[in-house]
Amino acid sequence: MDVRADPTRQLVRLRGRSYVAFVFSPVVPIVEWLSEIDTTLARSPGYFVGKPIVLDLASVDLSASAISHLVGSLDERGIRVLGIEGVDESRLAANMPPLLTGGRACVITRNEPAHRAEEPKEEPKPKPTSLLLDSPVRSGQSIVFTEGDVTVLGSVGSGAEIVAGGSIHIYGTLRGRAMAGVNGNSAARIYCQKIEAELLAIDGYYQTAEEIDPSLRNRPAQAWLQGDTMKITPLN
Amino acid sequence: MAKVLVVTSGKGGVGKTTSTAALGAALAQGGQSVVVVDFDVGLRNLDLVMGAERRVVFDLINVVQGVAKLSQALIRDKRLENLWLLPASQTRDKDALTDEGVGRIIAELSTRFDWILCDSPAGIERGATLAMRYADEAVIVTNPEVSSVRDSDRIIGMLDSKTVKAEKGERVKKHVLITRYDPARAARGEMLTIDDILEILATPLLGIIPESQDVLKASNVGSPVTLNNADSAPARAYIDAARRLMGDDIAMVVPVERKRFMDRLLGRRAA
Repeated sequence: MDVRADPTRQLVRLRGRSYVAFVFSPVVPIVEWLSEIDTTLARSPGYFVGKPIVLDLASVDLSASAISHLVGSLDERGIRVLGIEGVDESRLAANMPPLLTGGRACVITRNEPAHRAEEPKEEPKPKPTSLLLDSPVRSGQSIVFTEGDVTVLGSVGSGAEIVAGGSIHIYGTLRGRAMAGVNGNSAARIYCQKIEAELLAIDGYYQTAEEIDPSLRNRPAQAWLQGDTMKITPLN
Repeated sequence: MAKVLVVTSGKGGVGKTTSTAALGAALAQGGQSVVVVDFDVGLRNLDLVMGAERRVVFDLINVVQGVAKLSQALIRDKRLENLWLLPASQTRDKDALTDEGVGRIIAELSTRFDWILCDSPAGIERGATLAMRYADEAVIVTNPEVSSVRDSDRIIGMLDSKTVKAEKGERVKKHVLITRYDPARAARGEMLTIDDILEILATPLLGIIPESQDVLKASNVGSPVTLNNADSAPARAYIDAARRLMGDDIAMVVPVERKRFMDRLLGRRAA
């Protein structure tokens, strides 16, 4: 009889648990694929930190040493490979991550803390909020500036169009189309020295040349929104 | 160094080819060496207006494709020894033109001539964009009607964006040439006025060519109007325009209705 009695007998308990892993599927040339990874890392460093990563080698044919080199290259980038799939087991050396089978595809839901994504952002340069054009806008030209006001020192030809997030100021004759407040800015207005417009629009409300009061023609005018109606009035 | 001048309009039928021939001949009459180049591949007309249609052997496309040398394709005018024509091909289309090919030809012509006048096809497609591509100056031919003026406005926008000069941040020097101006209709208010046109196009005026039977007569006999009848009203207007291109300061004459003696006597109005 065995006299040695285990003081406490440890029971090895095995439990199953599933995790969602990122699957990398390298493609040849591996160097370019790695530079794609680098681009992702440059955009959001630490994106793969602490994430389980699986390497799917089904679409490439790599030798044992090439696989080893690839795993090493990922390791240098701080990406630790949990397992490898889609390759013959004989290609995997003992010191390499184990072969995995039976994976099922699923949707990756990102639940990173919100603040982390914002941290690496640099202070963005303040974008210009107005656009100045010091030559006439010719027929067929389309000026789109959704960030703010557009000012034209000259005329806007028939068949030309100006699209602005803010107001539109034309120091000349408006013969083409002017669309102001395109981002939903109902306070935007259109000003011009002479109105012969083909179409005026503010925040989606528009009037065509036919609807514009003929008595306004050739006069300085402004257009603005009063509730749901566009008003066009002379400026002098 | 040659001046490369494109004669363009956007709209068809306004008088680009007539104006190219008349201005080319007038510049040559003024002692300049001139080549007029037809860019209207597939619908060539300049050879007819120049009266050289029976002497065309090689053409622009042959030179672009290296089939012929430039000297083989150039046709010298029979009346003016310093006026030359480079005809277009009638059997091909504009796709046969290439940017590099046109650039090479313009560069080669630049070493031989004072003026290279490029007769642009109508439209805003390949033929028209390549005709204006290497231009230093542009003559925008406009009729006194709204469709022509709007098309000219569009072409001016393209001259300011699609030419080599524009891409280098320089400007193509632009001139408006008003053709088919009918003083009688202008007097009755049936046409856009000169002021209206210039206000819309915001571009300096090179000349006003009156509507005249002399233009048609000259085309029919294969002669630029400035050579066919140099004393006619349109010829004088073209000669003045050519002198303005050469830098002379010539007062602008707006054509006015001239009633003939009998009409006046009978109280008739000119049609």
